[in-house]
Amino acid sequence: MPTFLQEARLKRQVVQDMLFRNLTRLAAFAVLALLAAIIASLVVGSMPAIHAFGFGFLTSSVWDPVKDEYGALVPIVGTLVTSGIALLIAIPVSFGIAIFLTELSPNWLRRPLGIAVELLAGIPSIIYGMWGLFVFAPLFGDYVEPWINNHIGKMPLIGPFFSGPPMGIGMLTAGIILAIMVIPFIASVMRDVFDVVPAMLKESAYGLGSTTWEVMWNVVLPYTRIGVVGGIMLGLGRALGETMAVTFVIGNANQLNKSLFMPGNSIASALANEFNEAVGTLYTSSLIELGLILFFITFVVLSLARLLLLKMAQREGHGA
Amino acid sequence: MSYLYTRRRLVNMVSLSVSVFTMLFGLFWLGWILWTLLDNGLPGLSLHVFTQSTPPPGSNGGLINAIVGSLMMVAIGVLIGTPIGILAGTYLAEFGQRGWLAPLTRFINDILLSAPSIVIGIFVYAVYVAKVGHFAGWGGSFALAILVIPVVLRTTENMLRLVPNSLREAAAALGAPQWKVISFVTLRAARAGILTGILLAVARISGETAPLLFTALNNQFWSSDMNKPLSNLPVVIFQFAMSPYEDWQNLAWAGALIITLSVLTLNILARVLFRQKANTQ
Repeated sequence: MPTFLQEARLKRQVVQDMLFRNLTRLAAFAVLALLAAIIASLVVGSMPAIHAFGFGFLTSSVWDPVKDEYGALVPIVGTLVTSGIALLIAIPVSFGIAIFLTELSPNWLRRPLGIAVELLAGIPSIIYGMWGLFVFAPLFGDYVEPWINNHIGKMPLIGPFFSGPPMGIGMLTAGIILAIMVIPFIASVMRDVFDVVPAMLKESAYGLGSTTWEVMWNVVLPYTRIGVVGGIMLGLGRALGETMAVTFVIGNANQLNKSLFMPGNSIASALANEFNEAVGTLYTSSLIELGLILFFITFVVLSLARLLLLKMAQREGHGA
Repeated sequence: MSYLYTRRRLVNMVSLSVSVFTMLFGLFWLGWILWTLLDNGLPGLSLHVFTQSTPPPGSNGGLINAIVGSLMMVAIGVLIGTPIGILAGTYLAEFGQRGWLAPLTRFINDILLSAPSIVIGIFVYAVYVAKVGHFAGWGGSFALAILVIPVVLRTTENMLRLVPNSLREAAAALGAPQWKVISFVTLRAARAGILTGILLAVARISGETAPLLFTALNNQFWSSDMNKPLSNLPVVIFQFAMSPYEDWQNLAWAGALIITLSVLTLNILARVLFRQKANTQ
């Protein structure tokens, strides 16, 4: 082949390479632009509400479409409380499942059980909601809540939180269903980080005569602490933004109650229920501001989760 | 001394039994939910469901408009989201060694991966539905595409990183330009893994309800016009389940069974596919 043809071909390849590289770079940039666009559109959309209510929006519990007055306190509290209940249940259960999957399970069971846990994560949230409303809530209201009323409800200090009409739906039910939904997320992160603990470390502890529990609690858990917290934050992020499951069972009442049996509201379910019916700029704008608050909270939580998991991965890389 | 040993053994026994119990606890919910779905969904699952459109309360009908609408929106969402996800994942894995763009994108992508889907719905409402002035199937597809991108990006990057460098070097040594090395050698080597990611993304968006509420909304009648409100399974399930009519609720259960079985099948398929790939390596 003559040299000038080869040179032309080389030049063409250089151009093609550059085009390809920039095409992929553009796609990566599009992801960043997407996040920026989401934040920008939420901020722009909530401007009317921000102007009208200022910071008072965060502390007011009024939600009155007739008088056009809105405050976010009830949904914010509902979101935090239900997610808090979910974590209280999900953390110990996920820890137990992770121990079982890494230390106790016979080898042949490990994979099917792992898949089963992941299937639990794969079930769409609307299914959890339907099941919660039609199956779980009635049983919970008929059998469990009266029992809690009679036993825990009479205790001092925590009693008021656990007494009230046993309706089945409410904050506690929403929290429990959220817990079932986030268990697979937390458990699979915990299992993954437990798996990276060097076998030598565990064997040394066993060699010194530790029991399985002592190895898990005193060696594995401290070693993987950062990753475990990261996994919990990841689950929290999921719980905060969960919409459909909560919408079905939380009761959607804009009121603050001490009792966890009473219906409440969460940011996501307020949006799901009211956004399409909202009339007027201020109503819609207040709902969008709710969305902005939700996005902000989950953004912070998820960022923390990722930073912690990243730190864990780095440590693993250094062989510490 | 022996007291200490007994106590330690006891603590160990108790905590390990609790661990077994938590595993059963997790499986118990999975079993219960699946059993409920089969129990309530199977009786309603007749031929009507697949041949007729959603009925007014009190008359017979099916879900065919919702099934077709869902399939269309999911397909278009995947068609839009997958190329962006694969290209961006390629950038992170192949060109992202230096600079700020790759680490930042990776971080942001991980956040988008678990961002609340209802917020995505509001976003699409604000930038698309409010602008064109009506709910439309396209809006639903856009919202779903935004959910597809992070899943595909993540798996593409991970799978490309598993491709051994010697493969790239061999292709480059033969004189292949970089774009050929990547598209004909590394991406092809990572094909099965990327396909797994796409399947997982489809599974994820098939059951998504929240982002469709404000974008595609719903349509009582047969329609395949992407520019109009489009019926879809999740929103139909939501509306019918919340309704007071028993025949609507029964249809909702049938729809719930269909959606869960397809999502779980996709999940298992993705895992089997990936496992086969792992075995051949």
